[in-house]
Amino acid sequence: MSRMEFNVPGRASKVLEELYKDMERRIESSPFGLCPIDMSRAFLEMCHAQSCGKCAPCRIGLGQLKNLMDDVLEGRANMETLEIIKETAETVMDTADCAIGYEAANMVYKGVVGFRDEYISHIETGKCTCNYKQPVPCVSLCPAGVDIPGYIALIREGRYADAVRLIRKDNPFPTTCGYICEHPCEARCRRNIIDDAVNIRGLKRMATEFAGYVEPPKCEPSTGKRVAIVGGGPGGLSAAYYLQLMGHQTTVFEIHEGLGGMLRYGIPNYRLPKDKLDNDIQAILDTGVEIKYGLRIGKDIEIDTLRKEYDAVLITIGASTDKKLGIEGEDATGVVSAVSFLREAGCGGGMDLTGKEVCVVGGGNVSMDAVRTAMRKGAKKVSIIYRRRIADMTALREEIDSAAEEGIEMMTLKAPSKIEKNEDGSVKGLWVTPQMISAIKGGRASVKPSGEEEFMVPCDVLIVAIGQDIETKAFAEAGVPISDRNLIQSNNAGTFENVPGVFAGGDCATGPATVIRAIAAAKVLAHNVDEYLGYNHIITCDVDVPSTNTDDRKPCGRVNMNLRPAGERKCDFEGVEEPMTLAECNQEANRCLRCDHFGFGSFKGGRAIEW
Amino acid sequence: MVNLTIDNIQVSVPEGTTIMEAAAQVGVDIPKLCFLKEINEIGACRVCVVEVEGKDKLIASCNNVVEEGMVVYTNSAKVRKHRKTIVRLILSHHDCNCSSCVRNQNCALQTIAKDLNILMVPYKKEISDNNWDRSFPLIKEASKCIDCMRCINVCEKVQAMNVWDLLGTGSRTQVSVSGNRVIRDADCALCGQCITHCPVGALRERDDTTDVWHAIEDETKVTVVQVAPAVRTAWAENYELDEAHSTMGHMADALKRIGFDYVFDTTFSADLTIMEEGTEFISRFTSGDTADMPMFTSCCPGWLRMLKAKYPNLVGRLSTAKSPQQMFGAVIKSFFAEKIGVKPENIVTVSIMPCVAKKEESTMELFHEEYAGHDVDIVLTTRELNRMMATAHIAPESLEKIQCDDIMHDITGAGVIFGASGGVMEAALRSAHYLITGQNPDPETFKDVRSTREVEGYKEAEYHIGDAVVKAAVVSGLGNAEKLIEKCLAHEVHYDFVEVMACPGGCVGGGGQPIHDGEELATPRGAKLYELDRNEKYRFSHENPDVQKLYENYFEKPNSHKSHMLLHTSHKVEGF
Repeated sequence: MSRMEFNVPGRASKVLEELYKDMERRIESSPFGLCPIDMSRAFLEMCHAQSCGKCAPCRIGLGQLKNLMDDVLEGRANMETLEIIKETAETVMDTADCAIGYEAANMVYKGVVGFRDEYISHIETGKCTCNYKQPVPCVSLCPAGVDIPGYIALIREGRYADAVRLIRKDNPFPTTCGYICEHPCEARCRRNIIDDAVNIRGLKRMATEFAGYVEPPKCEPSTGKRVAIVGGGPGGLSAAYYLQLMGHQTTVFEIHEGLGGMLRYGIPNYRLPKDKLDNDIQAILDTGVEIKYGLRIGKDIEIDTLRKEYDAVLITIGASTDKKLGIEGEDATGVVSAVSFLREAGCGGGMDLTGKEVCVVGGGNVSMDAVRTAMRKGAKKVSIIYRRRIADMTALREEIDSAAEEGIEMMTLKAPSKIEKNEDGSVKGLWVTPQMISAIKGGRASVKPSGEEEFMVPCDVLIVAIGQDIETKAFAEAGVPISDRNLIQSNNAGTFENVPGVFAGGDCATGPATVIRAIAAAKVLAHNVDEYLGYNHIITCDVDVPSTNTDDRKPCGRVNMNLRPAGERKCDFEGVEEPMTLAECNQEANRCLRCDHFGFGSFKGGRAIEW
Repeated sequence: MVNLTIDNIQVSVPEGTTIMEAAAQVGVDIPKLCFLKEINEIGACRVCVVEVEGKDKLIASCNNVVEEGMVVYTNSAKVRKHRKTIVRLILSHHDCNCSSCVRNQNCALQTIAKDLNILMVPYKKEISDNNWDRSFPLIKEASKCIDCMRCINVCEKVQAMNVWDLLGTGSRTQVSVSGNRVIRDADCALCGQCITHCPVGALRERDDTTDVWHAIEDETKVTVVQVAPAVRTAWAENYELDEAHSTMGHMADALKRIGFDYVFDTTFSADLTIMEEGTEFISRFTSGDTADMPMFTSCCPGWLRMLKAKYPNLVGRLSTAKSPQQMFGAVIKSFFAEKIGVKPENIVTVSIMPCVAKKEESTMELFHEEYAGHDVDIVLTTRELNRMMATAHIAPESLEKIQCDDIMHDITGAGVIFGASGGVMEAALRSAHYLITGQNPDPETFKDVRSTREVEGYKEAEYHIGDAVVKAAVVSGLGNAEKLIEKCLAHEVHYDFVEVMACPGGCVGGGGQPIHDGEELATPRGAKLYELDRNEKYRFSHENPDVQKLYENYFEKPNSHKSHMLLHTSHKVEGF
């Protein structure tokens, strides 16, 4: 027998590795409303099984913690029990010999502090007050509450126009969202327990693609009420759509010459082709929305005038200006905000970058839009300057990957310190301070100067993409409350205490967010305006959702959208994402587990048929 | 149409039909536990799973629909194996002391376990603790609950009371009073629909038979029992008796044999109620009191509990008349006590009701001269009567048809139909017609307020009586009642007189009636009452000779001072 042998994993350890993966995916798709104590007790039991058993605090302590938590869960505990749990956890945290022990105890400790109220409630009532509320994970994570299992079932049956109709009940931008929604719905998709989340956004795109133009539903009889909507972005237009359906006449005031706000002037054509956006907007306009272009509040028209002329006024101006870096030399020519850079590019114009070197500061989605647009504008070299690591960027992973594929340089761990100007006042380069990654604070890795020398990154154009701001001045002057964070300060209902008949919501009230959040806000606004006007209209959809099928849910890979080759796509502004084939679409639609029916759905109802 | 085969039988059914329904069409009765048609189709217990050719996983047949070409097996080796395991698992969480269970031999779980020939359960027994206020008329035995969710859904979907919910998560999930409340604080209407829809013995009424036996055994006490109209339609359902041998008269014989000194028919006091409530209605109607909101009937305590909990400001819209049960009790402890020369404190009044809420209604106080107590001392459900008969080992086939006792003996068809939704209204209108016009109408005049089938929403009718136009509505089921009230409050509808019964179909479908798992019997039982009405000698409450004599000899006239003291009540927002 040889003294050394290859280490070949046995069958048991192979299966165990598989189980670890199963468990990871399961935790990722954990349902809502679980008892935090029961869950952390279950985690603790797993941690205890990982113990090597050498040191006493881990071997015995974790087990005793589990017993104490059982007492809480079974209604046998008192406040002293909670104290013993805390003290025991502290002992194991501070004395266990390795991370298996002390981090397991730390999880218990975090709970004792973090959900102390739940512990006390268990102890006092002897019961758990948690329960499942929304049984369908995708629907509960969609800010607009779109009936996702419903429209996927319709796609599965090839009823694409009906799918679009069903989506529009909660979201009048199905095409747009099919392209660029950040799809929070997919995060806890139960399909993940089997293999991978359903490609919900992709399916929505395919529904709109196969359906073509779908007429909006008929509006309710006219109420004779008129509503002014300031801002023709996704929020304003969504509110206009629902208010029209309710029978009110809306007028949208838009300062630009096109509708869609950031969808038209922020998101590049290659991500959201404008003819696709127009498809959504056409259906919205077909409900009878009036548009007045080119009027700026405070200059061409006053809020007070709108209040006099209309029965209600809605402010949905979004977040259309930029945030400044606040460093020396920011006034140099060639330093532009991502917002204005993308807006000009979106209008088909903007600066010619042929042969130029471009730096973009920031790591969010807007930054990715800016670098990829700069590349398409002919820049010789485009770099992202970012303080942290790629892993810390807030942009969607696929956006970062796409940018990298298109040849964008990622200069990470570089903090901008000042901007160097040429003699003519134009930008020469960006000085950066090298950073090193450091302690995790608030769940996110922080950075600190690495001590290396500062250096200058030469550039001809510097694009700042570190956030958006809101143009609140004219509204402040009209008496609309503005918060310290420069947000329009409406309450959760979109109303103001002392300004009756005026409503605000979306990015301008909550800060820059996503399209689907703006749409969700628009639903709230439309409902509350309707109520303010003395009505109680219901938005619903007469499409019946197909019953479920009884197919086995065998593991099957997720269909991802293909991208055009990077070398080709980076040269034009045409859409980068290719559609699914019909076969892919059908297969993907069939992966949906129909949580509206199976599991808690059939008990507590998986569907809100109206709002 | 969708074509499929079930257990090798070809079947063709409309699209959207569940596998279970399709199987039933070809005579295949798939075992089930949690399923309740249209109320609880949630695939929770998994007993109804079937095998579909080409598919690995078994499929719940109760809430999954047929697909073209499906080949279904309801009794394959795989199905039998899994079904048996599932039932064994459920049994491991169920207190199986069947011999001391109220549902022994009428239990869906017991039946399925027997059918599957389960002789042992290989799992650790894990039984929930019973922690319940046992003085409350509704008892939940957590140790027997199989978390089928039927009670949650019947209470929510049919009664809109939401008393029950699923509490906790994970392994500790269980059906309990919603919002972590205790039952007394849960605004339970005590309709008992959760009891009659429970597949096992997890829900039952408080058993009061022991108190009745003690009263019968006590030689110093005179026991007087009354039987509600709806009871006669159901008391013999578990005996092999034909209709001619399962009458009120046969039941009276059983009660005498059990040992009651006097047996009366609540139908008598239903007639009395009509005299009081009908007179009250005419007075309120003609004075314009019903111009905005209707007068509501007050004979259903489940309805009263719901109204007090949800619409306390509408309590003044109720008729002040006591229910027939309470009126009878009051008459027994006053007029009848004088007649037989027994002090009211030496009389124990018992009533047999199709109802659980009546147990709570009887806590209403009665003050009569020196007597302070209750109209009715003990209330039993129809099921408790059946249990007393069994204890007394009365052979049902040996019963003979006897008469109820005298001086409150006569009844009318109008009183009999009190037990069905629409009956109180119809009886009241028959007499109202007489009181307004001085003439009797054709007794069938008002039959369109009857609920002769499962109630969908509610019924309304408009009658021209003399010069007056009376708008009436009849509703049963508390969910329906709530919708009706909301419409009245929103002034979408207007009625002068509204009859409400908490249980779907009225008292015949009451929460105290015998339980037949998965069957809704309110409609056939109601039809029996209308049949009895048609055959009664008197069909108008005001023609009841003994009621007429009662007024002559005691109360003088309806709504007199004396009748207000004994036969009416001022409704309190809390309690009775």
